[in-house]
Amino acid sequence: MSSLPPSSDSLSAEHPLPATKNKSKKLLLVLLAPLALAGCQVPSFGGYKGVTKTANSTFHLWQGFNLAAIVVGGITLAVMAWAIFAYRAKKGDGSIPKQTQYHIPLEVTYTVIPILVVVGLFVATVVVENQVVADPTPSATINVTAFQWGWKFTYPGTKAVVVGQTTASPIMVMPVNQDVRINLVSSDVIHGFYIPEFNFSRFAQPGMVNTFTFHANNTGLYSAQCSQLCGLYHSLMYFRVDVVSPSQYQAWISSKNASTSARTAIAANGAIVIQDNPGIPVIPSHSNGAQ
Amino acid sequence: MTDVIDRPVNLDSDDQGPVNPDHGHDHGHDHHGPSGLVKWMTSTDHKVIGISYTVTSLTMMIIGGAFAEIIRAQLVSPTSTLVSFAQYNELFTMHGSVMIYLFVGPFAFAGLANYLVPLQIGAPDMAFPRLNLLSYWLYLCGSLVMLSGFLTSGGAANFGWVGYAPLSNVTASPGSGADLWIVALMLTGFSAIFSGVNLVATIFYLRAPGMTLFRMPIFTWNMLITGILILLAFPILTGGLVMLYCDRHFGTHIFTVSGGGVPLLWQHIFWFWGHPEVYILALPMFGMVTEVFAVFSKKPIFGYRGMVFATISIGALSLGVWAHHMFTTGAVLLPFFSAMSLLIAVPTGIKMFNWIGTMWGGKVTYSTSMLMAMGFLFTFLVGGITGIYLASPPIDFFTHDTYFVVAHFHSVVMALVLGAMSAIFLWFPKMSGIMLNERLGKFQFWFLFIGTQVFTFPMYLVGLKGMPRRMAVYPNNPSWQSLNQWASVGALLIGISMVFFIVNALYSFKKRVPAGDNPWDAQTLEWYTSSPPPAHNFVSLPPIHSERPTWDYNHPDHLSLGHGNKEKAKAGS
Repeated sequence: MSSLPPSSDSLSAEHPLPATKNKSKKLLLVLLAPLALAGCQVPSFGGYKGVTKTANSTFHLWQGFNLAAIVVGGITLAVMAWAIFAYRAKKGDGSIPKQTQYHIPLEVTYTVIPILVVVGLFVATVVVENQVVADPTPSATINVTAFQWGWKFTYPGTKAVVVGQTTASPIMVMPVNQDVRINLVSSDVIHGFYIPEFNFSRFAQPGMVNTFTFHANNTGLYSAQCSQLCGLYHSLMYFRVDVVSPSQYQAWISSKNASTSARTAIAANGAIVIQDNPGIPVIPSHSNGAQ
Repeated sequence: MTDVIDRPVNLDSDDQGPVNPDHGHDHGHDHHGPSGLVKWMTSTDHKVIGISYTVTSLTMMIIGGAFAEIIRAQLVSPTSTLVSFAQYNELFTMHGSVMIYLFVGPFAFAGLANYLVPLQIGAPDMAFPRLNLLSYWLYLCGSLVMLSGFLTSGGAANFGWVGYAPLSNVTASPGSGADLWIVALMLTGFSAIFSGVNLVATIFYLRAPGMTLFRMPIFTWNMLITGILILLAFPILTGGLVMLYCDRHFGTHIFTVSGGGVPLLWQHIFWFWGHPEVYILALPMFGMVTEVFAVFSKKPIFGYRGMVFATISIGALSLGVWAHHMFTTGAVLLPFFSAMSLLIAVPTGIKMFNWIGTMWGGKVTYSTSMLMAMGFLFTFLVGGITGIYLASPPIDFFTHDTYFVVAHFHSVVMALVLGAMSAIFLWFPKMSGIMLNERLGKFQFWFLFIGTQVFTFPMYLVGLKGMPRRMAVYPNNPSWQSLNQWASVGALLIGISMVFFIVNALYSFKKRVPAGDNPWDAQTLEWYTSSPPPAHNFVSLPPIHSERPTWDYNHPDHLSLGHGNKEKAKAGS
């Protein structure tokens, strides 16, 4: 039982939580060192490597949890299998085994080790979580409004608006290698803004704006969809995210600004871009005490 | 071994007929009371009510399972049109609702608990027998009210078993099926509260002389903690449902933004009930399998006291983890709820190792009941570990509302189903006086166990690929099809296992292999009395010096060993 999961190797219960960004980065490095050493040999365990900076950290956390699970789960499973197979009563053996009921040192051991494992997982979690929820000053801002059953993307300070319903799968255009702030809200019921390859989802809720930041590392077109049940056409509430170079992004924004007269236009990437607000209500955010 | 016990022999087979699984009534032993249907409707005997609860809840399992089979059939193809979108939403809502509210809960905390708790502590009945009967009728009526939603023009409730506001408001879900769902949950909610009151009162006030708290069987201990959790959690849900109903029909704006309400409040209320509820479902099954491991290893429960403390800490922690269902709302304190949720893995792990420790060094018999318990152990290990992943907010961010979560809680709940089956195979002889067929039982086990894994593992994988839950179709992602088909095969295997179960019950009632008082050489007090027990449970009681008085009575030379394997001092013996 001495082998702890890698993410908690370097950890003791007294370890203070990271106070500064630098410290937390160092701690993360230490925590994930076994992963780094293993390099590409650590499998993905079915997860996405992640397109954004934080998606990548999340992916490493996911790998760490899997390694911990394999170690802890493997040991438990081995002990379990031994107990099940080694102590099978032989046919006709009516004898009564020793009536052992307590073994305090053993019980203490299997209480303390899980606590250490859990503390390790918690520290790794907090480090990554602080990165994911960090809110740096953005280079671009996109307001996202979810509605039954589609998405509207507006770009504050510009005239670009993208709206699409169900399988029309509207495209949210965003620049690569820049901090992009998303302000997410719903105009009716709760929706789930879920981009699998960003390793991220967040509820779009009525009356409450959720703000978070993406920093994409790779360009590309990524599929996404509503994850939270929102009524009849929930399963068709698609959208896509097009991560483009900053210059392409600027060109796209200026082209939208220029063509104010056209009600609709076809964007370079094929999305139908509707310049004017087609009448989808936006409920203003108001403080409701729940942050 | 029990023939030395002094009690009148009561073997008049006309009067002692076993339970009828179709109607759930027990002819029992009361020579002077009513019988048949009238008895079933009026009896306040905890055994009759317990069997009514068990049979009704298992019927609900079959109904909810049938919904699941339709859901899995729909998902075999990305563009299936087996059911419409609207029907699909109704089906998964009612599948979840029936399984959680009408099957697992009532089975766990009112079915076997009603039957067993008084027997395990040497009591003649529950503390409030009439309240107990009212509780059953509220449950039965609530169940019928919920299912009657299918008969309304708008169909049954269709907003998921969690009923998130504002989707559950009157604008988004105008149908009366939604109202029937709300009213049904109020009825079954009160039923649960009354069961909780009864459990706590019975366990505190009706224990037999000598049955101190630390001599109670683990199942009874778990029911005590479950009862307390019910009293803390269910009133919150019932209150929330009243608010929801008022929002829908009386013009309040508690969960409506336009009137200054906060939709998020519903999630807080719901999950403040909903997470303790998970343990309200799980603790009884934990208790059941604990007894099974001890009986079929011929050993005392390993680390009995540690087990009790683990149960208490699970109960306490379960009240502080509700917002881990709400990480993606962006409105909860992530580190706190993450820490609490991770921490709850520790007492759960202790239980896991105690179960293994109980088998360790024992004489393990592979009866159907024990196989089911072993299946529980493995499946619960998988569900428990994936639960730890979900306690980490960054991981939850990309798995929330995907099939990964669906797979996680189906691992957990299918483990509970295996635990429930394990318990049925253990206690059926006590309840009916006859044995279930072992061969059919083992067929059922293999189908159920393998089916569960074939069903859940593809769902984990398709969830990681990004398939959200509650999808009627997935036309843009044909690559998810094969995993979904595997999950459907697993669901089919589980369905077949239930056919074996029903056939087994019918076959066993036809064969009528008598069980005797204690067919398993079991340890707790209920195995001291006859099978089924007389109207007032006990004619005499053995001395109670430990949590397994029947074992101590039958095997006076094999008492539990204390720490260091020294024989425990037996106070008063």
